[in-house]
Amino acid sequence: MHHSHTISVLVENEFGVLARVSGLFSGRGFNIDSLTVAPTNEESLSRMTIVTRGDENVLEQITKQLNKLVDVIKVIDFSDDSAIEREMALIKVTAEDESRAEVLRIVDIFRAKIIDVTPKSYTIEATGAPLKIDAILELLRPLGLKELVRTGAVAIGRGARGWKG
Amino acid sequence: MKMNGARILLESLKREGVDLVFGYPGGTVINLYDELMNVREIRHILPRHEQGGTHAADGYARATGKVGVAIATSGPGATNTVTGIATAYMDSIPMVVICGQVPTPLIGNDAFQEVDMIGITRPITKHSFLIRNPKDIPTIVRKAFYIARSGRPGPVLIDFPKDVQIAQAEFKWPETIDIRGYKPNLEGHPRQVEKAITMMMAARRPVMYVGGGVILANAAEELTQLARRLQFPVTTTLMGLGSFPENDPLALKMLGMHGAYAANMAMTNSDLILAVGARFDDRVTGKIATFAPHAKIIHIDVDPTSIRKNVRVDLPIVGDTRDVLIKMLAELDKQADGIKQLHKNLTAWHEDVTGWKTKHPIGYKQSTTTIKPQYVIQKLRELSNDDAIMATDVGQHQMWAAQFFEFHQPRTLLTSGGLGTMGFGLPAAMGAQAAFPKRQVLCVCGDGGVQMNIQELATMVQNRLPVKIVILNNNFLGMVRQWQELFFDKRYSQTCMELPIDFVKLAEAYGAKGLRTEKPGEVEQVIKEALAYNGPVVMEFKIAREEKVLPMVPAGASLNEMVLNA
Repeated sequence: MHHSHTISVLVENEFGVLARVSGLFSGRGFNIDSLTVAPTNEESLSRMTIVTRGDENVLEQITKQLNKLVDVIKVIDFSDDSAIEREMALIKVTAEDESRAEVLRIVDIFRAKIIDVTPKSYTIEATGAPLKIDAILELLRPLGLKELVRTGAVAIGRGARGWKG
Repeated sequence: MKMNGARILLESLKREGVDLVFGYPGGTVINLYDELMNVREIRHILPRHEQGGTHAADGYARATGKVGVAIATSGPGATNTVTGIATAYMDSIPMVVICGQVPTPLIGNDAFQEVDMIGITRPITKHSFLIRNPKDIPTIVRKAFYIARSGRPGPVLIDFPKDVQIAQAEFKWPETIDIRGYKPNLEGHPRQVEKAITMMMAARRPVMYVGGGVILANAAEELTQLARRLQFPVTTTLMGLGSFPENDPLALKMLGMHGAYAANMAMTNSDLILAVGARFDDRVTGKIATFAPHAKIIHIDVDPTSIRKNVRVDLPIVGDTRDVLIKMLAELDKQADGIKQLHKNLTAWHEDVTGWKTKHPIGYKQSTTTIKPQYVIQKLRELSNDDAIMATDVGQHQMWAAQFFEFHQPRTLLTSGGLGTMGFGLPAAMGAQAAFPKRQVLCVCGDGGVQMNIQELATMVQNRLPVKIVILNNNFLGMVRQWQELFFDKRYSQTCMELPIDFVKLAEAYGAKGLRTEKPGEVEQVIKEALAYNGPVVMEFKIAREEKVLPMVPAGASLNEMVLNA
């Protein structure tokens, strides 16, 4: 069974760490659907969110191999519904004549925002769970998708407990 | 006291107990080399090629258990160490490689002799460091050595820019270090050990399958005790040879592609495999789907990624193999009655194993007219000391050495098992001899691989390293030729080394002694003469050209589908 997994990785905030992590994935043939990285509330740490796919054995190897990297401090595999995931997309869509109103309606339904307007286009900022982004894109695509940028998912555990960093 | 970065590095090496390094100077390490003249405590050996230097540091590490150190200049000097680093990485050998780098402001500018060495070696090092500030050097060196030798050992690279070698800083040795992302799990979990003991006591057809991890953890003594107390037959991987005395009645010898029939049959028929410091490599398991179909598997390894990477495991025990084996021995102390019963339960299994051993022992057909390579190896064992160290290259001769040289002690076989690096043997032997000037160090090579680092003969002669080099010369790249014979209809594409080399003259040109024979009756005399000579010797044996390594499990076949005679 290949399913999508979201993994959070706490790493040293140093040069070259991203290369070590991404190199591990490519060198061992692991899949990366998306990867985001930025510093955390503790200056010396960065947090990566990686969305990957694979069967149980592959995911076990991914977690173990990540843990083996000297610069990796902690790995959490959000395998169940234990995390909240969010992603942002910037979407440039054709908006002329009657489709201008249709785009606005879709933006409204998805509680997205128009962040740039021209006579021929809208640029939309949409935030939500990755599935929600997929859904808005599905509706916008027939209207003429000109450009799409997605951040990839970030994830945080549910509940009161927080990771240090 | 303030000193320059080069000196700080050398002082740090001294604190790590380094007394011997293998290195090659160049533009970006010239400051380091200048400072080396002021540091008497560190002996330096100059190889003739950085690859040779790196393999020598590796051989030194394998033979001693200490961290090997190699130095190279930036650019081509650094890239020449890559094969050596990868070799050490695949076999988990502790090594620190220090490479010069262009001055910090020039990094990334395609400066003369610049290469992104950290980038190049990222997948073949355990970790790597770029030094940016001379005050960081002691901590980086300390971390590098700690990472290299702890947990599952491996090579660590230090990239050392020229301007940092010149810059001044205070030398302050850190008494302790803490790497928050690196905490190897060394203590085997007692509950897992207990469970393992229960499984072991219930076994009827057990095998201990032992890899290089036992040698790396210095656990050969404990392993041998455990096997003897349980009366479990023991098979070793190529890397595990020497961890269990092969003349012991429980020894099954090596398993896998060119392993002993008894070893492979025991694995296939076993009901319990106790894997210790081994990683179920494809050369060992054969076809995974049919590997040990009836066996429960207990897997002891310090590296969690080795567990369940290739095969299913019923009971994993993550920890230092020595620690786990000591815990197992302590548990067995409580089980005197159980052990008696266990020994009774194993009678039938021991009969099976003996049957397999007698039915197809590892052997060959002797000849009176041409030299059989296996015979040379047997004679070497017979005539050399029990603690003689043997380095090998890669190919047929390596397998013959593994099959026919009976290994009795750990750290007496230095061989590139994981990466399979031709050209490894000669410089590795050199490194071992530098560590142990008084011990016999043998190097077994083929005529192909020996030419890949033959230049190190000069280093041996210059440094009085009396390695005894055996070339089993069949004028072929024999292992590939064997595959071509068996699987490619004898189409010998580019495997015939058509130009015969006069290895005696070559040895003499370097100032070493050269001996040659093609007569089986002279083999013993040549070896005796070489062993008696006080200096490096090249022995060239012209062997039966199309001799094959047998038995053989063809790639992708099951372990019990062995080709015994072909």
